[in-house]
Amino acid sequence: MVDRELGDRIPTFGDAKPTNDQSIGVTNLSAFKGSAEKKSAQEIAAIIAVAAIIVGGGEFLLRFFEVPQFVMPPPSAILTSLVVDFGFIAPHLGHTLVELFSGYAIGASIGLILAAVITQFPFAEKIIAPYILMLVTTPMLALVPLLILNFGFGYTPRIIAVALASGPMVMINAATGFRRVDLAKIALARSFGASTFQIFMKIRVPMAMPMIIVGLMIGAIFGLLTAVGAEMVGGGFGLGNRLTTYSATIQMPQFFAVILILSTLGILIYVAFFLIGKKWAGWES
Amino acid sequence: MTPTAASKPKLVVDRASKYYDTKSGPLHALDNYSMSVEDGEFACVVGPSGCGKTTLLWSVAGLHSLTSGTVTLDGQPVTEPHPQIGMVFQEANLLPWRNLTKNIHLPFEIKGIPPDEAHIEKLLDRVGLVGFGNKFPRELSGGMQQRAAIVRALSFNPSVLLMDEPFGALDAFTRDEMNLLVEEIWLETRKTIIFITHNIAEAVFLSDRVFVMAARPGRLVKTFDIPFPRPRSLDIMTTREVFDLVNEIKAEIEHRPNAPAAPGAGETPQQESVMEQANG
Ligand SMILES: Nc1ncnc2c1ncn2[C@@H]1O[C@H](COP(=O)(O)OP(=O)(O)OP(=O)(O)O)[C@@H](O)[C@H]1O
Ligand SMILES: [Mg+2]
Repeated sequence: MVDRELGDRIPTFGDAKPTNDQSIGVTNLSAFKGSAEKKSAQEIAAIIAVAAIIVGGGEFLLRFFEVPQFVMPPPSAILTSLVVDFGFIAPHLGHTLVELFSGYAIGASIGLILAAVITQFPFAEKIIAPYILMLVTTPMLALVPLLILNFGFGYTPRIIAVALASGPMVMINAATGFRRVDLAKIALARSFGASTFQIFMKIRVPMAMPMIIVGLMIGAIFGLLTAVGAEMVGGGFGLGNRLTTYSATIQMPQFFAVILILSTLGILIYVAFFLIGKKWAGWES
Repeated sequence: MTPTAASKPKLVVDRASKYYDTKSGPLHALDNYSMSVEDGEFACVVGPSGCGKTTLLWSVAGLHSLTSGTVTLDGQPVTEPHPQIGMVFQEANLLPWRNLTKNIHLPFEIKGIPPDEAHIEKLLDRVGLVGFGNKFPRELSGGMQQRAAIVRALSFNPSVLLMDEPFGALDAFTRDEMNLLVEEIWLETRKTIIFITHNIAEAVFLSDRVFVMAARPGRLVKTFDIPFPRPRSLDIMTTREVFDLVNEIKAEIEHRPNAPAAPGAGETPQQESVMEQANG
């Protein structure tokens, strides 16, 4: 039988609670703990009012002081461009999404698998930890010129960059989660005769879930940043390419329309993972 | 009715010794410990903190191996978790991401068998937890969580129940309540129970026999028969006999075997419960 799971370690209780170690990620799950209370009509009105003041006020100030368009276009110009040029921008958005989804799918799966594997073998963890740290700390954008040199101007270098950026983020957070072993819970499962695999599926994965979701979210956002950054470096398509083109040709309303699309993508990613976290990690409060 | 159970040994620990490997060398946690528990007996193990009670119980549960010696259940050696053994841990140990029903289903999921709903329902009814199935552990009081843990341990109908300081984290009143419940369940089911506790009064109230351990290395120093008739009421805890017995056991733990039956230093009572009073 597999005794390695626990060895002889007897869990201590009381004050020796398993520590919920600090996440390495830039955020923690506190965001997921937001109460489910419905926003009241007043709150919604206040939110809309503030938004209206910011947009309207910006519009007014920019026009009143006659700020030139190439410095900062007024909101109305940005929104108009968003509507008028969307048909032209949309395919670029599509390209960016393709890169993001493919790179992220590859990076996140490898990151998750690596996290699960290395935390089971502390020795392996010691060996590869420095490389992972290097991947996390090196901005993957720095590699993009090299990748383009090797793979041309198509999807490939961008997808690789996205995978390289998101994978380590997912891995490092998921590994933190998997390391949160609660010996008492593992002992519990073992007392029912659980196999190592069952312990992994029924105890370790659920325990790691909050950190896994945080890692997936950070990875997705890093992936988006990297996709756009890589597009800015080279290749004639994608939202990043639009940004370089529009700023080079001083098409500021279009430029900011793309920025708006990118912020919306970022917010969608956040909200998606917020909801996933609520569903799958809501127990941790 | 006498507390003496049938005379068939259900569970035998034979000269069990265990060393832990630690950075500062081997740690002798359990030394030549032997005990034999009868079928249907209620046995309590008491001893000071760190004397090896959990080490002993984990060996009995097959959760870790002994350095030497054996544990046998119905004559068969126990070297890994056994389907006839259920375990109740300190602090309930429910999985916070599962609701109560799913927590109780865990043993069945792991064993790959359908949950015995009728039996579970009976147990839930017995401990007063009907209707709490979709509550999560954090929504339940400590006592309720521990009752759920007992249901989980009994759900697959093991013949032996191991309990490692199950009520140590509960307040004194809840603890009295839980002890009454455990005695009732034991009287109804006649499981073989090994119950670990720090609380001597609790041990005296619950058990047929109390095994007293000493520390460094953990070993058996004395066994006490507890002769009080069952079912016991909390009232017996205030009688002279119990008082003397508790003090005698306490003296044994504190290495002053011939001390008079006088109140000694012990756990300081935080609340006025019967157990705490009897405890000195
Ligand atoms: N995994 C381990 N590695 C090394 N030493 C251990 C390990 N588990 C327990 N010990 C040591 O073995 C001794 C007995 O521990 P054990 O947990 O069995 O005591 P206990 O009687 O259950 O204590 P408590 O009443 O505090 O729960 C202690 O000195 C403890 O520090
Ligand atoms: Mg213990």
